[in-house]
Amino acid sequence: MRRRAGQGRTGEEAGEAPGAERAVPAELAGEKPEVLVGYYRQMALIRAFELRAAEMYAKARIGGYCHLNLGEEATVVGLVDALEARDYLFATYREHGYALARGVEPGRVMAELFGRATGVSGGWGGSMHLFDAARRLLGGYGIVGGQLPPATGAALAIAYRSEPGPQAEAVVCLLGDGATNTGAFHESLNLAAIWKLPIVYVCVNNGLGMGTPVEAASGEPELYRRGCSYRIVGERVDGNDPLAVRDAARRALEAAREQRQPRLLEAVSYRLRGHSVVDPARYRSREETERLRALDPLPAWRSRLIAAGILSLEEAQRIDAEAEEAVSAAVAFAEESPDPPVSELFAHAYATPVANAPRALPGDPLPTERP
Amino acid sequence: MAEMSYRQALHDALRAEMLRDEAVFLIGEEIGVFEGSYKITAGLLAEFGPRRVRDTPISEAGFVGAAVGAAMLGLRPVVEIMTINFSLLAIDQIVNHAAKVHAMFGGQATVPLVIRTPGGGGQQLGATHSQNIEVYYAHMPGLKVVAPATPADAKGLLTAAIRDDDPVLVVENLALYNTRGEVPDGPHLVEIGTAQVTKAGRDVTVVAYSRAAAIALDVARRLEEDGISVEVVDLRSLRPLDRPTICASVRKTTRAVVLEDDWLSYGVGAEVAATIQEGAFDYLDAPVRRVAAAEVPLPYSKPLESAALPDAAALERAIRETLDGRR
Repeated sequence: MRRRAGQGRTGEEAGEAPGAERAVPAELAGEKPEVLVGYYRQMALIRAFELRAAEMYAKARIGGYCHLNLGEEATVVGLVDALEARDYLFATYREHGYALARGVEPGRVMAELFGRATGVSGGWGGSMHLFDAARRLLGGYGIVGGQLPPATGAALAIAYRSEPGPQAEAVVCLLGDGATNTGAFHESLNLAAIWKLPIVYVCVNNGLGMGTPVEAASGEPELYRRGCSYRIVGERVDGNDPLAVRDAARRALEAAREQRQPRLLEAVSYRLRGHSVVDPARYRSREETERLRALDPLPAWRSRLIAAGILSLEEAQRIDAEAEEAVSAAVAFAEESPDPPVSELFAHAYATPVANAPRALPGDPLPTERP
Repeated sequence: MAEMSYRQALHDALRAEMLRDEAVFLIGEEIGVFEGSYKITAGLLAEFGPRRVRDTPISEAGFVGAAVGAAMLGLRPVVEIMTINFSLLAIDQIVNHAAKVHAMFGGQATVPLVIRTPGGGGQQLGATHSQNIEVYYAHMPGLKVVAPATPADAKGLLTAAIRDDDPVLVVENLALYNTRGEVPDGPHLVEIGTAQVTKAGRDVTVVAYSRAAAIALDVARRLEEDGISVEVVDLRSLRPLDRPTICASVRKTTRAVVLEDDWLSYGVGAEVAATIQEGAFDYLDAPVRRVAAAEVPLPYSKPLESAALPDAAALERAIRETLDGRR
């Protein structure tokens, strides 16, 4: 696949020599400097959080699967900034960064990874299943493509209850490149098209479904074009550029909100590491790994802001240090938090109490007497 | 009370709940313009319009999953899956999503979803359209599964399911749609998770659900004339299972036969038999018998299909053999 996007500048290219002329480039001219620096702050937080999560996984503080947003920070930050507080976000299992960018406290995310009661899902979900009703983060989902039908249904609920317009709610549904090959993807896009639902499907294409390249898995590897069969407008953007992602997401959300046109947005991104923390990614060559490192969106964005005179190196270093501190505090919070008590094992078995609900622990006799 | 068909009872329950709650809407294949493959939703599109009665393409994973998401936002979708066989196309959405969302997210989300779907063989519909696979779902924590046998329970369980905040699978039965019975007027709710003793007896307990419960009641009434007193327990709910009612009955009668339309191995009867041995072991005077479907894909040929499905004669034989050697 020829990637049209992904031309994020490297630090070497953008990092100007001291004393060089610094003019704000045209694409940054209309932006508020504090917003651009805010993006750096969020990206730095996600980077620090994910590196620490890998470390905590290695120390067996985190169990199960653990998929990181390393390399995806620009997409995360740009996309989440395009959402309004009233919008709903459905995510994949690679969603720590989205929760952080949506404003969930790092401690509650780390505590969930640790399986603690203070975690954002109460210790029930783990890394793949972060959920925060207040921030309308309606879950990370562990089954590839499984979140698409429920996200589509959330958009149906919005259309059921309200009229389109600039103040309308909308749904953003994240998916990976691999999910575009599932039936759930195609069924969902079809339903969204025929029912005119306010939803934007955002495909984060990092080029690999676990270890399988997109070109080997998808008959149409330009994934934004896979909406064509449903007359859903698609757009591909550089996932390493937070502004490109944000602006494309805003355009798509506007169409969803105001015209009830579902959209498909493809952010071309890269995974700096393996599929999950235990994957050494041996299927990638050393050259490919080097190339990806050079595209790393975090130093690229820092260099871009420094080159534009919006951010100083000292300030960037201070932001990095603050991110480290925030993550250390998150780890401390998680470490100190209690496990959910076993006495609450059945607390969420059913939302509506029901007669004869099974509550036996392994080895317990069956309840065969009336209570 | 009014006498009506099982079909009419389901229809009336849907209509009453739609009138009662704006959040209730129907979604499924051919439920609107076509008025439903089995006409349960007849007239509802005309009365409520396409917003409340939503026809879907042939897209089970899509529309069942969409109903899960709509329920997460507070609507109360009632999905019709044309037959339970087609639920397999949506099983990931039912098992990995509807059943998981509430617990997996720490209780922050609820899925007040109803899936109505008929099962049942005996209509010469062949191997893929004649299955009784409710046990797939009855196995699954997070779901509630009910299977009414009478028009009254059809109304009562469907109404309860719609008002419940958990995902409920309402397993209907093709062979029951035209059966008739007395149905309470006005709002009628049957508590999910409770079985019912539909006929009291002394000699043997027959445990059954759905079509099999109707057969069991017929057989029990007939055997009364032969001096055999059969107690019938209609499970009504497969998840949760009302174990105390099953065990209380068997402790009284000391013998049990299970009649089920699903396949024998790992079926509902296996769970019932295990429950009985745990809760009434000391009371049993005979092994628990199971009368279930022959373990083959259901054939089309009428004689073969009839041979594969449990019926009144098979139940009667099992009852008599269980009573042989009575002390």
